[in-house]
Amino acid sequence: MVKLWENYRYLILRRLTQVGLLVLYFGGNVWGWTVLRGNLSSSKIFNTIPVSDPYAALQMLAAGATLATDLLIGVAVTTIFYLLIGGRAFCSWVCPINMVTDAANYTRRVLDIKRVQGNKQPASRNIRYWALGLSLVISAVMGLTAFEFISPISMVHRGIVFGLGFGWAAIVVIFLFDLLILKNGWCGHVCPLGGFYSLLGKFSLIRVHHNEANCTLCMKCKVVCPEQQVLGMVGKESLPVLSGECTNCARCIEVCDDDALGFSIKSLVKK
Amino acid sequence: MEKKNISDRRKFIFNMAQGVGITVLGGFVWSAFIDEAKASQLLLRPPGALKEKDFLRTCIKCGLCVEACPYDTLMLARPGDHRPLGTPYFIPRDIPCYMCPDIPCVPVCPTGALNEKSVTTDGHLNIKVADMGLAVVDAESCIAFWGIQCDACYRACPIFGEAITIEYQKNERTGKHAYMTPIVHSNACTGCGLCEHACVTEKPAIHILPREVAMGKAGDYYIKGWDKKDEKRLKNAKAIKSTTEINKKSAIDSLNSGLKDLY
Repeated sequence: MVKLWENYRYLILRRLTQVGLLVLYFGGNVWGWTVLRGNLSSSKIFNTIPVSDPYAALQMLAAGATLATDLLIGVAVTTIFYLLIGGRAFCSWVCPINMVTDAANYTRRVLDIKRVQGNKQPASRNIRYWALGLSLVISAVMGLTAFEFISPISMVHRGIVFGLGFGWAAIVVIFLFDLLILKNGWCGHVCPLGGFYSLLGKFSLIRVHHNEANCTLCMKCKVVCPEQQVLGMVGKESLPVLSGECTNCARCIEVCDDDALGFSIKSLVKK
Repeated sequence: MEKKNISDRRKFIFNMAQGVGITVLGGFVWSAFIDEAKASQLLLRPPGALKEKDFLRTCIKCGLCVEACPYDTLMLARPGDHRPLGTPYFIPRDIPCYMCPDIPCVPVCPTGALNEKSVTTDGHLNIKVADMGLAVVDAESCIAFWGIQCDACYRACPIFGEAITIEYQKNERTGKHAYMTPIVHSNACTGCGLCEHACVTEKPAIHILPREVAMGKAGDYYIKGWDKKDEKRLKNAKAIKSTTEINKKSAIDSLNSGLKDLY
């Protein structure tokens, strides 16, 4: 039991957070709970604190909309929150799609698809930044929020809170894409929201820190990591993960049997 | 043949070109999809909604208006609904807008896509100035126009006697009855849809359309000559100049020429 907790504590906490938030949002719509109302695009906490998706606001700005005060406050709250705890903590701790892609990744390992496809990743992880730029260009040209019109994240989250419709198709497409076509395809390569939070995460305070002295080069961390490239220093140098692409999911910390990885706070590391 | 090493510069240029190429391709597919998705014009939006074009760029699709509505009138468009994804709308035949005096759906909107000012008069929220749409009567399927007595829409209208009035006309077929036909007045109608909801015909003979779709426009060159105020519109009228071959000669010449074969 202790070992289960040791090896899965962050995963359990993450799933609890993800599912808990969904339940709160669902309860907000169906049973009128006031803890969280709205959805991931914009919501109100206890009917007072507004929180809004800064990337959606950015698209609105590009589209030429006037931003209301409530929205700006909501964006500020979200931005400051993720600046502190790591931009892509959204991806691994909040986003409902994370459960879909994690499931695809797990299935990939069980079916050993790597043996068939080989190790080579045929697509660049920079696609997300192209998609980010493209979404702003389309927003500006067509005068609407381009990614919000096709975002499987909003589609699925809205779907769970307000009724899914054909939204389940988005889940299936992403699962199959990640399983059969590209490893970590959606979250690790394509998603412009992930790209946006990667940029935000460059400045975050909470980091995963690597202690080279303890590392036995077992590489378990790299197997579970959805953004392997950020663990480039493993077994080489004692450094914190500085890339904003790290999602702070902490899977690497709990699979490491050598106590070589752990959370740290950026400013303390610098000393 | 000896294999040439590919220079870093060439690699860089190729990678950039590849990135741009894929992006442009993706951009076209993406835009085409969005263009299709926003093509539907017949959506009824919540009260206070901005004009459709502004609404689409301002609505953040959070659903707070949907949650605020006590009658479950509003819905968020889901995939498969063929409507701009995630935006709020309502179908009056199913559940109309019941015109709450405190309009709970409007103040909760975080982005101003539902504009509080547009439903406020003298510092107070006033649902009666909302224009979600306009009721349109199909005189051919409305049984009141057949001579059968029905005033369901007139009775259901929350702006009683203003948005819908009943017009009396002699029924010549029977000689002793009246036609009592509903007439919608666009200045008072808010497009709440209670009339459409109440209509007794199999498919409603009165239905709500977005104002943009329902209303025509006469233009500033048609003036009601009997109405002094209406003449003011002439200021905005733009002259239409057309030239035809006949204008090139003087009027008399044009009448005197080319008509010889008439005599």
